[in-house]
Amino acid sequence: MSRALVPYETLANALGANGLARELQRRGEQVTRTGSFGLSWLEPMLVIDGDAYGPVRNLDELDPVALGPVEQLPTLSQQHRLIFDRCGRVDPMEYDPAWLFEQLKRAPRDLIEEVKASGLRGRGGAGFPAHIKWQTVFETEATQKYIVVNADEGDSGTFADRLIMEGDPFRLIEGMLLSGHATGASKGIVYLRSEYPVAAEVFAKAITKAKALGILETFDIELFIGAGAYICGEETSLLESLEGKRGEVRAKPPVPAVSGLFGCPTLVHNVVTLCAVSAILDRGGKAYAELGQGASTGTMPFQLAGNIARGGLFELPFGISLRELIEDWGGGTLSGRPLGAVQVGGPLGAYLFESQLDTPITYEALAELGAGVGHGGLVVFDDSVNLIAQAHYAFEFCAHESCGKCTPCRIGAVRGKEAIESLITGEYTHGQLEVIADLCDVMEQASLCQMGGMTPIPVRSALGLK
Amino acid sequence: MQRTDTIRESIGEIAASCVGQIGAPITALRKILRSHGHIEDEHIRIVAEVFNLSIADVRGIVSFYSDLRTNPTGRKHIRICQAEACQSLGARELTKDVVEALDIKLGETSQDGSRSLEAVYCLGLCASGPSAMVNDRIIVKTRPEDLLI
Repeated sequence: MSRALVPYETLANALGANGLARELQRRGEQVTRTGSFGLSWLEPMLVIDGDAYGPVRNLDELDPVALGPVEQLPTLSQQHRLIFDRCGRVDPMEYDPAWLFEQLKRAPRDLIEEVKASGLRGRGGAGFPAHIKWQTVFETEATQKYIVVNADEGDSGTFADRLIMEGDPFRLIEGMLLSGHATGASKGIVYLRSEYPVAAEVFAKAITKAKALGILETFDIELFIGAGAYICGEETSLLESLEGKRGEVRAKPPVPAVSGLFGCPTLVHNVVTLCAVSAILDRGGKAYAELGQGASTGTMPFQLAGNIARGGLFELPFGISLRELIEDWGGGTLSGRPLGAVQVGGPLGAYLFESQLDTPITYEALAELGAGVGHGGLVVFDDSVNLIAQAHYAFEFCAHESCGKCTPCRIGAVRGKEAIESLITGEYTHGQLEVIADLCDVMEQASLCQMGGMTPIPVRSALGLK
Repeated sequence: MQRTDTIRESIGEIAASCVGQIGAPITALRKILRSHGHIEDEHIRIVAEVFNLSIADVRGIVSFYSDLRTNPTGRKHIRICQAEACQSLGARELTKDVVEALDIKLGETSQDGSRSLEAVYCLGLCASGPSAMVNDRIIVKTRPEDLLI
């Protein structure tokens, strides 16, 4: 009897993993449903007695898709998987809490010091130093404090939150409990988008399992499913939504670490940020900080998406260049045509071009280009890309998703969209680029949050405006 | 009449089952959507009553979140991702082909109620686009024929 690992993950399932698992069971093999390794182009990828196969269409034709021992697969072994080390290898519900219980005996200040030493910055897009938030929540006196996990992963080109929640939900639970212990929060809430039903199913099961393991005696975890609003990935909008209201952003200050959910001190972190905590405490903050480049420490799960030959998730230290990631890891465009543009960091990220590909991916180097790391997603376009259409889409998306609270975003996005439309139809071209540039300035400077504030980034970079 | 009463009762029960949870009115509306397919004025009234909110508050929630639709979908509800990663793999052309073949626009339902078409923004399958959904089934590397059969 063979031992087979078959992913139970949205992409693999869509490509037939469930059928393959049933067939293997029918043949009497021992099947474990795992998460995905994140190598999207190889899905469904199976591991049978330690050997990897992918993409598997038919169990009777495994030889042509044999990849050799999974441990020697260069696209996995050459990664630096700290967050995703278990993902793909294990049954997500198999968990030994011994390490976690040991860590929970440490003093809260000790945990905060480790996070400080690690240099960990928010992986959701803002890149804000994590320990400052931890310290603030720790120091703010309150009878109730919350850990809120932002799993509203709406950026196109990103799927790291989904993969870890489907493949290793206990990594997130560890991060929630440890940050809760460090800050004095006794309740954690995960805000998950409704487009991720498999992640919801797996995470809900993990909560039940965690209760059975006795992990949740002094810390409670609740899973909330969103209802379709990109803006709820903005932290204050997310908090409004958790309070059962329209997800309209709040003015800051006060920051959520002082007054967040129901006015209580709230630590809001993206999934990946919290999932990095275990690796930091396990290795020590200093060791973690040795990875990466400059003030961009540690690893980032980069996600290669769009028109890319080998798309998927690759966890690597900061500092790798865009070119290495796209060409060496991703194998260039899927269409085989030259690269046209790459949008880095989601719908509010910049479009970058061939001449900029040697830039190392760090918060600082990308900021110099007027770009950002975002949530680590790269969307590759070949040379058929229509950059005016992409600029139009940036405004259109902002108009669609704007919460409507502030005028620059609500009106600016619609006016920007109209201005580009008249440019495209040729109906009104005189001075339109100046109008667009002006709108971008207003939106950037006067919007309440990053939705309106960062929409100018893809617009300007796509149109070549400064 | 009796049927209406039963529906009203079940909607009330769904809403009541969410009381005390985080973000309860939204969860209640999501559950009503799941059981009923779309949200009607009567449901809004019941949710308002259960959570001690004004009808305007609840209507405000419904209009804010794109999942909380107030019109029934077609029997085959087709959603095509319109976001950048799928655009780079031909989502615009795919959408155009499907719109032409079905003769309904994004956001519309066919007259016979058999099909409805909707935009979705990212399913998180961004290395295998264009992505789409037909009812609850996810399709990747989508071709027009996958959505038109």
